[in-house]
Amino acid sequence: MPSIAKPVAVHPSLHRNAIGLNLRDYEGAMSTLCAGCGHDSITAAITRAVWELSIEPHMIAKLSGIGCSSKTPTYFVSGAHGFNSAHGRMAAIATGASAANRELTYIGISGDGDSLSIGLGHLCHAIRRNVNMLYVIENNGVYGLTKGQFSASADVGSKSKRGEANRMAPIDPAMLALSIGATFVARSFSGDKEQLVPILKAGIAHHGFALIDVISPCVTFNDHNGSTKSYLYTRKHMQKITEADFVPPASEILANIGPSGTTTVTMHDGSVVRFTAIPPDYDPTNRQQVLNYLQQNHDSIATGLLYVDESVADLHEMNRTPAMSLARVPQEKLCPGTAALNELQEDFR
Amino acid sequence: MHQLLRTRVNDFAMKLANVNGTGSASANSLLMQAIFRMGIPVSGKNLFPSNIQGLPTWYEIRVNKDGYTARALDYDLMIAMNSQTYAQDVAEVREGGYLLHDSTWPLDPKLFREDVNYLNVPFSKMCNETFKDARERILMKNIAYAGTLVALLDVDMAVVEQLLDEKFSAKKAMRESNSKALRLGYDYAKEHLPCPLPFHLEKMNANDDKILIDGNTAVALGCVYAGATVAAWYPITPSTSCMDAFKEFCEKYRKDPETGNNNFCILQAEDELGAIGMVIGASWNGARAFTSTSGPGISLMNELLGLAYYAEIPAVIVDVQRVGPSTGMPTRTQQGDVMEAAYASHGDTKHILLFPSNPAECFEFAPKAFDLAERFQTPVFLMSDLDIGMNDWVVPRLTWDGSYVPDRGRVLNAEQVSQIAKFQRYYPEDENFVAARTLPGVHAKGAFFTRGSGHNKYGGYTETPAEYQEVVDRLLKKHQAAAKYVPAPVIIKQSGARIGIITIGGCDPAVREAVDLLAARGVAADYMRIRGFPFSDTVEEFIMHHNFCFVVEQNRDAQLRSLLVLETSVPKDRLRSVLSYGGFPLSARHVIEPILSQVPPELQSIPPKVDASSRTVVSDSWE
Repeated sequence: MPSIAKPVAVHPSLHRNAIGLNLRDYEGAMSTLCAGCGHDSITAAITRAVWELSIEPHMIAKLSGIGCSSKTPTYFVSGAHGFNSAHGRMAAIATGASAANRELTYIGISGDGDSLSIGLGHLCHAIRRNVNMLYVIENNGVYGLTKGQFSASADVGSKSKRGEANRMAPIDPAMLALSIGATFVARSFSGDKEQLVPILKAGIAHHGFALIDVISPCVTFNDHNGSTKSYLYTRKHMQKITEADFVPPASEILANIGPSGTTTVTMHDGSVVRFTAIPPDYDPTNRQQVLNYLQQNHDSIATGLLYVDESVADLHEMNRTPAMSLARVPQEKLCPGTAALNELQEDFR
Repeated sequence: MHQLLRTRVNDFAMKLANVNGTGSASANSLLMQAIFRMGIPVSGKNLFPSNIQGLPTWYEIRVNKDGYTARALDYDLMIAMNSQTYAQDVAEVREGGYLLHDSTWPLDPKLFREDVNYLNVPFSKMCNETFKDARERILMKNIAYAGTLVALLDVDMAVVEQLLDEKFSAKKAMRESNSKALRLGYDYAKEHLPCPLPFHLEKMNANDDKILIDGNTAVALGCVYAGATVAAWYPITPSTSCMDAFKEFCEKYRKDPETGNNNFCILQAEDELGAIGMVIGASWNGARAFTSTSGPGISLMNELLGLAYYAEIPAVIVDVQRVGPSTGMPTRTQQGDVMEAAYASHGDTKHILLFPSNPAECFEFAPKAFDLAERFQTPVFLMSDLDIGMNDWVVPRLTWDGSYVPDRGRVLNAEQVSQIAKFQRYYPEDENFVAARTLPGVHAKGAFFTRGSGHNKYGGYTETPAEYQEVVDRLLKKHQAAAKYVPAPVIIKQSGARIGIITIGGCDPAVREAVDLLAARGVAADYMRIRGFPFSDTVEEFIMHHNFCFVVEQNRDAQLRSLLVLETSVPKDRLRSVLSYGGFPLSARHVIEPILSQVPPELQSIPPKVDASSRTVVSDSWE
């Protein structure tokens, strides 16, 4: 990605996290996206989330495909290992990366073109494998880099900049993910950092594949009247159905004594996510209810942590791989040796 | 009346015609394995359809005391068990040869040949009388003809019994049925047929240091020994058994005895795009990772192979080639992916290819492929094919060098990273034009951005012509540097040879047999089997040393020859093609006939006297 380095000047009053780093230590290069792009707000939210979680930058692997969204890993955590791969293939590459080294925190950034068209197959199967990663779809309903074609998330009737209306049914990543066994599904809005940051933190803490669909308006090609992914439309139609509060592991005991009417889910790492359901009967741990709710309320944009299940085996548990990274298992443990080969060959006689 | 074939011991070919899905494969491999255990050089070629049940399938066995076990095209004995292909099978028997068939039903008189000996055994009748279950009747008919062949060919019955004991050690009832069926066929033959036939078997001890193994199993074993931990694949004929074997070996050797954990992870991908993506992701993280596939899979992988090439990420791709283009003939063999693999992906790309010729080399080249992939930080193709991959071959016992240390290439550890002022991904490079890489999570200073987009020598994004060119020029030099590291060609010289014969992979046995047969006919030719791409200097020297060379390969477009023309400076007219690409394994006859028609008289000498007993008989028709 073309990028512009930022001057590093740190004000002494900036807060430091548990490993002594301030927020600026988690920033990346200057964004080259259009001014006002929703993606930049998501970048800022991710930066804050990983800073608050005190993850060592070099223990983060940030991966992306191709598209405006896929440029954004350049703009956060410059100390992380980045992989800007090929259009739609990020989920597959992240799957292999995770298989080889489970010790890293994986953050995949994708867009609606990358995830819902060219890479749809890889996304679905990464969900099915429950690869332990945060997967963010920066969803603007449009192909930005190629100047304004509809994407597969464009709503029926939503108009392009030139006034043409989309007539094909959209793919809703949240509904799709829920229908194929996703274990963490959330939706948010780039313009609502307060909601987004705790959801990102919960997604990173989640044991398995965490899909976050973030409506992220494209100021250049899809922020006009007639668009259903504009700032105005999203603000008008957004309906928070849960409010999530992320409580890190150390504060677990306090977290469990939450206010009444809240649901708490203990994450794999001991952290706790506390939800307040806004429609009082909404249960984010009941897949069928969540699907029904989304189906019945498709006129509004339901946001919040929609669904979570912490109990499902992830890729490594399904495959019974060791706790350490496979890439670090020494050759002595991998190569059966000469004697075993000689013995085995008696079967080939 | 027909003429009887002269008596020949351990020198004949037979073909078994069956219907697929009826259990004939186990009877056929039982025979092949018994001959192997009798110490006799043997080969078995499975010519099977892309189907699960009901279509014609053939199995060919060639026995040759001198070790010439490439496919023979003349059949001394046909076992015609499939009425669908009866006419074709009868026609293929050599003059004076034999045909064994099920005489339960009368033979169509039109199928009768004066010059063929008919061996009539009522297999169906006998099996229907002996076995009650319908499925068992079908299955046991195969074992019954195996029993007849044991009698006709003097197969050692004790060896066959032993094999059945081993196979059915846990299934007593099956063992009994098999034994009964075997005896049915055997006893009938002993009573009614001229046992043994003029061509038959006698024990030898040529196989003491040999094993019987297919290439897919051998590649899988090689990958286990190489230390591969991540394998990603999408099922595709004829490579599927490679991953099946890898899984089986991993279950055996890679389970941690204390924890029960798996020191491996096999990912059945959603498609080949995903499979190679997973391999690249895992290799990026420092694991030895590979995929196994065939031509259609390589077509899909092209996109990400370019990424791995350009971003310099190791990857090992086992390509078990089949017949293309498109779906082609999935169960037939070809060397049709040479050009595709060499230049896979858009833009300027070149890859390292290894060409094993048999399962033993599949095993040997697998660790080599990982070493090269990591040394040169690039994709490496192991170019197997269906014939090598799926047929059982008699090869020398596999050996393993206990002191083997994987060549992980230039990877900086935490201490090394901490000592450098600033890590740059693609700079500085070593004498092979390879720069050191870091692995994610090892050290804070080692973090970098991997990208498939234009980058400068430091790894930073660029759209500047000079910076872009500097990187791709280094990649070209890096590829050329690998020529010294790929396995050297195998060269066999003859005195006075002025022509050369060049080949790759599984053509080896047929071409070597052809070289010997040509020599017997006064055509001396040197032999070179290329084992790797980029080509080493030796390859070019060999070609320039000869008036001209024949390039023998199994594809229509002379892909190896094309690659030689493109990637060496030899004049085009020095290379002539001998092509066989119908989908069945190569035979010496495919090689000899086109060569003889092209060798000018001045390069043919008077045939030296050859002791007939030391010669092989492929076909009387051109002897």
